[in-house]
Amino acid sequence: MATKIDEAQVRRVALLGRLELSDEEVTQFSGQLSAIVEYIEKLNELHTDGVEPLAHCLPVHNVLREDVPRPSLSNEAALANAPEREDEYFKVPKILDDNSGA
Amino acid sequence: MASQYKIVVGLEIHVHLATRTKIFCGCELVYGDTANTHVCPVCLGMPGSLPVMNKKALEFSILTGLALNCAIAPFTKWDRKSYYYPDLPKNYQISQYDLPFSEHGYIEIPAGDGSNKKIGIIRAHLEEDAGKNTHTLGNFSAVDLNRAGTPLLEIVTEPDMNTPEEVGALARELQRIVRFLGVSEADMQKGHMRFEPNVNLHIERDGQVFKTPISEVKNLNSFRAIERSVAYEAQRQYAEFLETGKTLQMGNKRTYGWDDAKQMTVLQREKEEAHDYRYFPDPDLVPVEVDDAWLNEIKSRLCELPLQMQNRFVSEYGLSDYDAGVLTADRATAEFFDTAVKLGADAKRVCNLLTQTGLKLANEKGVTVNQLGIGPEQLVQLAKMADAGDISATAATTIFEEMAVTGGDPMQIAEQKNLIQKSDTGEIESLVDQVLAENAQAVEDAKSNPKKAKKAMGFLMGQVMQKSKGQANPKIVSQILNKKLK
Repeated sequence: MATKIDEAQVRRVALLGRLELSDEEVTQFSGQLSAIVEYIEKLNELHTDGVEPLAHCLPVHNVLREDVPRPSLSNEAALANAPEREDEYFKVPKILDDNSGA
Repeated sequence: MASQYKIVVGLEIHVHLATRTKIFCGCELVYGDTANTHVCPVCLGMPGSLPVMNKKALEFSILTGLALNCAIAPFTKWDRKSYYYPDLPKNYQISQYDLPFSEHGYIEIPAGDGSNKKIGIIRAHLEEDAGKNTHTLGNFSAVDLNRAGTPLLEIVTEPDMNTPEEVGALARELQRIVRFLGVSEADMQKGHMRFEPNVNLHIERDGQVFKTPISEVKNLNSFRAIERSVAYEAQRQYAEFLETGKTLQMGNKRTYGWDDAKQMTVLQREKEEAHDYRYFPDPDLVPVEVDDAWLNEIKSRLCELPLQMQNRFVSEYGLSDYDAGVLTADRATAEFFDTAVKLGADAKRVCNLLTQTGLKLANEKGVTVNQLGIGPEQLVQLAKMADAGDISATAATTIFEEMAVTGGDPMQIAEQKNLIQKSDTGEIESLVDQVLAENAQAVEDAKSNPKKAKKAMGFLMGQVMQKSKGQANPKIVSQILNKKLK
């Protein structure tokens, strides 16, 4: 059976998701992910001609909030889970590529 | 061999919206506060937290879209743009991908010769800003997430600009528009507006047009940097083309930064792997439908736009384009001026009072001209007093300043401060007669010595003014003097 998700694709998705995988894991996940994709491919058997693409699975829209401030967390609470901190800041390894997306 | 080139520039602009709270949570937006004190589980990206859309952020966006002549989508939704960066705690940015809230508009900018130029707007969409990294810790960075989740309007223009000045003009015009609409403070120093020009050249040579590879200059936050980086890129690309002949191809767009100290663009190092944002609809946020009633309600908040107002001040009120530009730099001044003129004041007089005194006073107090405690009616009265010659131009300034302190009536202040000019011709005539009798030599020079006439005339004028203790209307003094010395 041809694998739907080969090992190169697993490595690429892992890189995008900043996950470090061992060679064994790459092989294992390639098999598991292929099985999942294959299962989902069943959906392709459905005829969807003339069906509008769906943007959201809930038939709900316009859930909006008024522009009124609510209390934020304290600095201590905000940093409570931080692996490392420096004064009031989260401390992270320096990133050289500064192409932040926005 | 002669070759000519045309600069082609499109802009991507990010504008911070002036809501009180963040786009998807109730954290208050406060600039310059202690790091990580305006954060909550939602903007920290904690598992299990759920974003809820800020209604005002959406309305501000739609209002801006309308001002930019865009079609507003009746249905719009939110997508996740995935990338890893420490200032983005969820590891995805909530943005809009295939169904932005607005598309296909245009903005008019002053072309510099008194006419306007239309620049197409491809789309405008709403997204959240990231936090802020500071690289001051050696091998580490410090992350402040107070800014994370600030509503950010991204506007993308067509590549319709052809000079650095046009790019600067668009940036300034957009700043004026969002300030008029009240949707952004658009303070460049606070990073409320960030610009990314996409630049390339169309070079004509031997009857053929060659297009150079596109450069995107990232993250500019001053008008000067925008203009200079575009001018620099044009030169650099032309030199590169002459040397290498390289032309635009799929995948050879490059990213540059602007080095303000060296006044040059610098190629940014990029990772080998292309960005792959893996956009998909955000399941945490439901779509938005904008019906006609809501859209019309937002439409009713539109105001006359600054460039239209500037052009009207020139064509209807006869102001210079420069003066009209100064008055329409902010909405409060523009509307205050317009009201005063509609109440019957002379446009040029009010313009001078506002630009020479009003704006200075407002600036000193850190308020807008309509907050000086002076109503447009009082300004009209002051302008009319100056027009009638009841007070001198200098006195008008003094009275204006006093009005800003006491809120008093201009005529009363003029009387209290003894600033009313005497225009009574009989009284002035007797002063003139006295002066002429006392200064025979000057009278002689004024009448019959062409070399000294002007100086002598000025001297006599000065003497009359002195005798009147500065209260005679100089115009009338001059008329009487001229008549008597003929």
